[in-house]
Amino acid sequence: MDEFVLLFRMDIITKDAQPSPEQLQVYMKQYHDWVGGIAAQNKFIGGTGLSTEGRVLKPHDIITDGPYAEIKESVAGYIMIKAKDFDEAVNLAKDCPMLKGEGNSVEVRKITGSHNKD
Amino acid sequence: MENGELIPHLFRTEYRKIVAVLCKRFGFEQIEVAEDITSDTFLTAAQGWGIGGIPPNPVAWLYNVAKNKAKNHLQRGHVFDSKVVPELVHDLIDIPEIDLSPQNINDSQLQMMFAICNPVISPEAQIGLSLRILCGFGIEEIADAFLSNKETINKRLFRAKEKLREGEVKFEIPNKAEIDERLTSVLTTIYLLFNEGYYSVSQNKTLRKDLCLEAMRLCTMLVENESTNKPQVNALLSLMCFHASRFDARLDNNGEPILYEEQDTDLWNTDLISKGGYFLNRATSGDKLSRYHLEAGIAYWNTQKADTQEKWENILQFYNHLLQIEYSPIAALNRTYALSKANGKSAAIMEAEKLNLSSNHFYFMLLGELYTGINNDQAIVNFNKALALAKTPADKQAIQKKIDKLY
Repeated sequence: MDEFVLLFRMDIITKDAQPSPEQLQVYMKQYHDWVGGIAAQNKFIGGTGLSTEGRVLKPHDIITDGPYAEIKESVAGYIMIKAKDFDEAVNLAKDCPMLKGEGNSVEVRKITGSHNKD
Repeated sequence: MENGELIPHLFRTEYRKIVAVLCKRFGFEQIEVAEDITSDTFLTAAQGWGIGGIPPNPVAWLYNVAKNKAKNHLQRGHVFDSKVVPELVHDLIDIPEIDLSPQNINDSQLQMMFAICNPVISPEAQIGLSLRILCGFGIEEIADAFLSNKETINKRLFRAKEKLREGEVKFEIPNKAEIDERLTSVLTTIYLLFNEGYYSVSQNKTLRKDLCLEAMRLCTMLVENESTNKPQVNALLSLMCFHASRFDARLDNNGEPILYEEQDTDLWNTDLISKGGYFLNRATSGDKLSRYHLEAGIAYWNTQKADTQEKWENILQFYNHLLQIEYSPIAALNRTYALSKANGKSAAIMEAEKLNLSSNHFYFMLLGELYTGINNDQAIVNFNKALALAKTPADKQAIQKKIDKLY
């Protein structure tokens, strides 16, 4: 089994793009059911949501407010999962309810472990 | 209480206290001496009370005899030492009083709990030692609980004590900085002890219940002590109260399990249910969510028999979260069942097919259950797979009943 990171990208800043509290509740349920399904297959490692504000550092001591680099979409959160290859990881990611939202994306990256202690 | 019942009863309640206090006094490396003196005290009681009758205050009597035996032991040790060190021969060394005050008994028991639940010994050995030293269970009872024999249990306990000595395990309540970490293994042991009783295959119903009650008693001691009264401890106690509330409804007269849906709710213990609610409330003070919080939440909703959307939605979300903290096949199956109740059978079938627990007969039972009414042929296929994997006659019978209903 390899380990993968799923990065969730979406517009987390523009007011109009944000769900209402009722919508958010529905989205959260779908999201938790989806993650729960991955965990039920014993393929969940960890993950978390991220704050909507942030700082981006650039060359020449430039620090900007806001979590985005150049585009509107930012990383809203991530989870780490276990899968035997990219195909399986993509298959698990495919059901992510966030993908029902126009403009959102899920990026699948394999963890290559260059920071491993051992 | 007659003599014949009194001594076993006192053994259950007082053995642990005397051993803990003596052990604290002698040092953990002399745990066997502490056990010997205590057993010897009970032997003296059994012989003396049989002839002379039961003393007016049996507990005080036991403490007195234990004190004297302990003092004699220390005295002998002292005489030996003084022969080795002749200068001390004429010095009268004070042998401090053995302190059997309630406070010291309590502290000693807690310290004993932390000493025994040390990860240097296996979880099985931790439970065995807890049963023996903290719960005053006889070797035979422990053997029964583990479906083993006396000799094996004796050996296991002996090796465990040896290991604790070699590991120089300290007799203390850990300090603030390490308490959470050390508590984790104490709580695991208590939880396993409870499960040993709750899911035990031992046919002895009283013994099973006793195991559960002892686990709850140990957890109560932790809740009553300031330094160990933590949210996760309250959550575990709450969880055990909720589970134990259904204890009498879970088994029929032959000791066979009764399905949740078929349990007589009149046999559910409402006292324990409200106690569970009380401790769950106290568990919410921290900001850390332990597996015990989530399992207590699930257990709470299981005390609500009505099949509401709210109930199953809550249970589902607790399972979603629980599996992220700690995966287990049984939690994965239960989660899928809750999913079928909250989101419908079709959604649950899709999820269930991904679980791949194909050596587990509960897995095929769940699939059979989910397919029933949706695709009865598939239901039969799955029930038959479950039938082939089931081990006990009771399980086989229950599955066959489901198959028969589908024809």
